[in-house]
Amino acid sequence: MSLSPEQIRQVAQLARLQLNPEQVEPYARQLSNILEMVDRLSSVDTANVSPMAHPLDMVQRLRPDTISETDRRDDYQAIAPETQDGLYLVPKVIE
Amino acid sequence: MHKHSIAELAAGLRGKKFSSRELTQHFLKRIDAHDGALNSYVTITAERALKQADAADAELAAGNAGLLTGIPIGQKDIFCTQGVRTACGSKMLDTFIAPYDATIVEKLDAAGMVMLGKLNMDEFAMGSSNETSFYGPVCNPWDKTRVPGGSSGGSVACVAAGLAPVATATDTGGSIRQPAALTNLTGIKPTYGRVSRYGMIAFASSLDQAGVVARSAEDAAHVLQAMSGFDAKDSTSVERPVDDLVTGLNTSIRGLTIGLPKEYFADGMSAGVRERIEQAIATLTKLGANFKEISLPNSPLSVPTYYVVAPAEASSNLARFDGVRYGHRAEGAKSLEELYKRSRGEGFGAEVQRRIMIGTYVLSHGYYDAYYLQAQKVRRLIYDDFKRAFADGIDLVLSPTATDVAFKFGHNSDDPVAMYLNDIYTIAANLAGIPAMSLPCGFVDGLPTGFQLMGNFFAEARMLNVAHQYQQATDFHTKWPTEYAS
Repeated sequence: MSLSPEQIRQVAQLARLQLNPEQVEPYARQLSNILEMVDRLSSVDTANVSPMAHPLDMVQRLRPDTISETDRRDDYQAIAPETQDGLYLVPKVIE
Repeated sequence: MHKHSIAELAAGLRGKKFSSRELTQHFLKRIDAHDGALNSYVTITAERALKQADAADAELAAGNAGLLTGIPIGQKDIFCTQGVRTACGSKMLDTFIAPYDATIVEKLDAAGMVMLGKLNMDEFAMGSSNETSFYGPVCNPWDKTRVPGGSSGGSVACVAAGLAPVATATDTGGSIRQPAALTNLTGIKPTYGRVSRYGMIAFASSLDQAGVVARSAEDAAHVLQAMSGFDAKDSTSVERPVDDLVTGLNTSIRGLTIGLPKEYFADGMSAGVRERIEQAIATLTKLGANFKEISLPNSPLSVPTYYVVAPAEASSNLARFDGVRYGHRAEGAKSLEELYKRSRGEGFGAEVQRRIMIGTYVLSHGYYDAYYLQAQKVRRLIYDDFKRAFADGIDLVLSPTATDVAFKFGHNSDDPVAMYLNDIYTIAANLAGIPAMSLPCGFVDGLPTGFQLMGNFFAEARMLNVAHQYQQATDFHTKWPTEYAS
């Protein structure tokens, strides 16, 4: 499996990564090499094997739906790049 | 003071040979003198450390001290530390002051340990040489032209050079064990779920696990004991009492059965490493262990499986870095999409971008079944190999940790696949979720080598026992790089 520069641009768009034009070709080559290494998996017979998402046999723990945290909005907003009146600011989304 | 074990330091504090403040100052002075060249610390928290040291001295005077009270430690910069920058080796988090503590930071603080600072690492723990850090590479104290291994390069370099008695580290595919092997240290990655991941910046959540690098199995046991345990804040934390890791260190290993997986002893390791490993096997045989050849037939599939599963999880975990709530934000973006793309394009380095893109690709429509689902199935086959071996009466599995001694800077820098093959011996334990450790077994041309022990789920105590017995019979782990010995 090899990835073309065009495919790299598509994947970067899906991952919301802005690439410089000069990064595209090396990434295409390197990612193709990685996928070539990974392609070895395709020949393994896994017909009756169930996928393993996680090493532990465990069920999701539940807890009572009660308030356990204190309000620390100011602490969390203090490290944000841009806030106003307790809100996070982003560029205008709707004209 | 920097050459003492944790037990010796604890005795020195109790015997009033030195105070925790003096001990802390000793390490801060050594950092000042040596770390300019090594680059193991990215943040030195001297003021916080001295405050903790004074509190520890008060506890010691009051007779309330535990064994770790007043002992300095370095924290890998992947663990959130409230009020202290937590950068995870990335420009993305260069200005991130964590608003809370990781559970293990809380636990080690509560045990009275003194945090000296935050340790350099590969960006988001993605790397095997510490060359992907935004803060520059870390040098190997045994040869400064060589890498210390990764991703916990800062953790191992600072302990190997005596700039901290012990350090925390994390391991997603070998990031504790491979660097430990390359710097003559003992490093342990416990069972998945044994140590809380709360506040540990996520790379690949089903593989990540925190652990310790130390100068002996005994030191590692003390610190891992304090870090382990159930945490309601981590949904994959295991609700199971923590075994006593220390009392059993002196148990005889006579009658123990250790498996030697033939796949791990095929071509791949250097002749020097092979010789040292064979010597380690001979030493353990003398101590009464029995060795048996076993087969883990799917282990050659570990690296390809990992490079689907880990990037897939990483691409999902790292989606949170959007330039909005914390972390790097691009200047002057005109739209929200441009803000995301430029913040992430500027904030992440090349290796992180590569893994995000691989992960995005293998999870994308039309490729999910062929790559991600197939990798999850092969992961089960790898896991089943270990299950079978342990069910057949194997107590522990022994293998090399790394294929060779530390390599030179730049050796694999343009070839990600060659770099990934550094982890061929370590990745399977993360995929299976079992505990594994590396310990020193001698030198090749003056550079350290290590061997790996892997155990069944929650076999940490047994592994540390074998490691300690081995270290009672050998002195490799007591050797220091000349420049840092005095």
